[in-house]
Amino acid sequence: MSSSTVRKAPKDPAGPSAPTAAPAPPPPAPALHPPAAVLDAKIPSGALEKKWERHKFESKLINPANRRKYEIIVVGSGLAGASAAASLAEMGYKVKCFCYQDSPRRAHSIAAQGGINAAKNYQNDGDSVFRLFYDTIKGGDFRSREANVYRLAEVSAAIIDQCVAQGVPFAREYGGLLANRSFGGAQVSRTFYARGQTGQQLLLGAYSALCRQIAEGSVTMYPRTEMLDLVLVDGHAKGIVVRDMVTGAITSHAGDCVLLCTGGYGNVFYLSTNAKGCNVTASYRAYKRGALFANPCYTQIHPTCIPQAGEYQSKLTLMSESLRNDGRVWVPREKGDKRRPGEIPEGDRDYYLERKYPSFGNLAPRDIASRSAKEACDDGRGVGPSGFGVYLDFADAIQRIGEGGIRERYGNLFDMYHQITGENAYQVPMRIYPAVHYTMGGLWVDYDLMSNIPGLFVLGEANFSDHGANRLGASALMQGLADGYFVIPYTIGNYLAPQMGKRPAANREEFQKAEAEVRERTTRLLGIKGKRTVDHFHRELGRIMWDYCGMARNAKSLDRALKQIPPLREEFWKNVNVPGEGEALNVSLEKAGRVADFLEFGELLCLDALERRESCGGHFREEWQYPDGEARRDDEHFQHVAAWEFTGEGAKPNRQVEPLVFDTVHPSVRSYK
Amino acid sequence: MNLHLKVWRQKEAKSDGRLVDVEARNIPEDCSFLEMLDIVNEDLVGKGEEPIAFDHDCREGICGTCSLTIDGVPHGPSETTTCQLYMRKFKDGDTIHIEPFRARPFPVVRDLMVDRSAFDRIQQAGGFITARTGSAPEGNSLPIGKHLADSAMEAAACIGCGACVAACPNASAMLFVGAKVSHLALLPQGQAERTSRALKMVRTMDEEGFGNCSNYLECEAVCPAEIPASVIARLNREYALASVKDGVA
Repeated sequence: MSSSTVRKAPKDPAGPSAPTAAPAPPPPAPALHPPAAVLDAKIPSGALEKKWERHKFESKLINPANRRKYEIIVVGSGLAGASAAASLAEMGYKVKCFCYQDSPRRAHSIAAQGGINAAKNYQNDGDSVFRLFYDTIKGGDFRSREANVYRLAEVSAAIIDQCVAQGVPFAREYGGLLANRSFGGAQVSRTFYARGQTGQQLLLGAYSALCRQIAEGSVTMYPRTEMLDLVLVDGHAKGIVVRDMVTGAITSHAGDCVLLCTGGYGNVFYLSTNAKGCNVTASYRAYKRGALFANPCYTQIHPTCIPQAGEYQSKLTLMSESLRNDGRVWVPREKGDKRRPGEIPEGDRDYYLERKYPSFGNLAPRDIASRSAKEACDDGRGVGPSGFGVYLDFADAIQRIGEGGIRERYGNLFDMYHQITGENAYQVPMRIYPAVHYTMGGLWVDYDLMSNIPGLFVLGEANFSDHGANRLGASALMQGLADGYFVIPYTIGNYLAPQMGKRPAANREEFQKAEAEVRERTTRLLGIKGKRTVDHFHRELGRIMWDYCGMARNAKSLDRALKQIPPLREEFWKNVNVPGEGEALNVSLEKAGRVADFLEFGELLCLDALERRESCGGHFREEWQYPDGEARRDDEHFQHVAAWEFTGEGAKPNRQVEPLVFDTVHPSVRSYK
Repeated sequence: MNLHLKVWRQKEAKSDGRLVDVEARNIPEDCSFLEMLDIVNEDLVGKGEEPIAFDHDCREGICGTCSLTIDGVPHGPSETTTCQLYMRKFKDGDTIHIEPFRARPFPVVRDLMVDRSAFDRIQQAGGFITARTGSAPEGNSLPIGKHLADSAMEAAACIGCGACVAACPNASAMLFVGAKVSHLALLPQGQAERTSRALKMVRTMDEEGFGNCSNYLECEAVCPAEIPASVIARLNREYALASVKDGVA
């Protein structure tokens, strides 16, 4: 999309130019709960660029003959899960892989469009491992770990090589070499892509490697199987309880360790660009067993999605961000102007991004473009039937390069828009609105990708470590595959080596107890027989989350959310209607279990948002902004990871911190004016 | 709008199924076909009945999960997948028949859900290039002409939904298998296993009970990913060549 420049903080943030909407930031107050402990990420010592190399050398090895004595449980089969399962099986470990879809090939990684970043510097435009590292740290608004991000940049090039070897049909130049394009938050071209289906092709590559291992018998695949609990034995993660979604059978699986590769929690907002099945249950169950949940308030809102058309709407569809290269964003100047777009003359239009951000204009970064659209709509100037939409107008571009030119660049997107809305965007402006599509927060992990529970590893979007408070475009695919192909195969040995022969039997007391709890919960959900459907509660939770903890948050709105979620949860457990039986295929029951967890998790997200009293990346607290509306970080008090510890049902969770130390880069203020 | 649905209901694989009349009331024309079913299901659950089970996930046309036969056509009148079909394609008062994908190798799981794991088993038989993690050469060490790369991408775009099988009177999976075999056979990386891949995938396809192609080309007509039927011709060539090589060896 666009690049950024670094600028100094204004000397007088509450000066006379401050708009009324931006009150002077209140003095930062100390955290409400003094941290109980300071978390140790176990980052290797030494120079940044030598840490990973050294750590790989110092990590424990397991001899090939012994690897087959270990069983590794992998939950999820997206980019992180499939790449980890395949790579570990190739090394000789026995792997059990679980997914809720009917085939591992359908995990939601498949929907990623844009591309995957890698520091290959094929374009000779000044890219390097250090530049990719720097862009990612800065894009994350200085809320991620230097060592992890550097490692990510370091292994990025090997991911491309690996995928090419598997037959991933990346775009090519006429001479046969790999093509690149540029993407948001970078001034170099380092994004590799396969049409607008990069996620699909990368996932099918990992899936093919997984298929080979399934055929060899080293991976046992469990599709249509949902993890419902994590089992701890002597404080170590040694297994899971799952439900067979076809027969309803609840069983346990024991392993030497457990890898959660279960994606993000965007569906806590009900409407998001996630697949319908995406959920937080695996992560949340692990949280309730003691795993720390880090930075849940870091959620990314994508500015160019098709607006919600009605109450029945089940999901939101992303339109590629590239459209903003040629489209102009506007709303009517006056509130309640119900004229059709073509009848509104130039003088009555407000091209608000061009007005507010003259140098970046329509290419202002994601978070800023999203917030500005919300402001315009909250001001009563939104368009479309719901009033929650803004125009993305191609009339000028069509005049400039003709309809054919636009068709050549974006034809498939215009077709998709037409299928969904029935409107012809060559003739009337598109309507767009922001939507939730990625979550940077996740389970806390150390440098080895192991959570605070020994034996529980977390990979991909499900963990928290690499994107800080905001993820750059084309970096999610990179991180999922980095974790699975090139990090976990090295770091897993540190935990496994001393664990040989310690795998418990799956009929131990701990498993029986966890299974009984899962059964009891299922029985309880089926026994309520109330008056409301599961979707009713999910929609209601989504409305609270979006209205009070969406694109912009403040203490008052978060307080309101925190007051409204517990009664909703209470009503759910008294008045939800889950028809059918437990011992059979039961879609309502699956949804009910997931929504029950979202109803608890949403509260944790809001609590984290309330206590992070600063604005950074995707977390915008209205009280903390510069007079020009830019996010105001508070490095003095909040340059840390907040990791939440479950302390019992109904009890306030405990906020632990991991201070973020910047040895190499110096946190600065992001500006896109 | 109001619609009369005739929906296939079947408790489980072994039980008998039948078409059941269901009324869909007050359906907005801007909602998708699957959202129409969501509304119907909310009504059913409200009445204490079990909802209609159907497969779906991404709802943006790429995961390949949704799999409805609408008025006899896999994915119905959608230009791509079932999830990308909108109700404005229908009229108030229409009667719509909704059935699962029909093919013997895709047994019904419940109502409109089918078991497509046969596709996974075909893929496991040989739909890959053996390239252990870590052993890959530098990506640009093997230039691949743009034309070739584009052809491989065209075949690789298959979403594995199975509409091709459901549309074929023979329940042939040759468009699906042809897409994977073509994708990998076109690329230089795929040459080493080219012969064994074609043989293993085709043999597994036969073992799973899929029929052969007799050029109805219904598969190409319903394919949401626009996989061309020419991949079937390529599959036949690859298989014939592989059989000869296999016989010689």
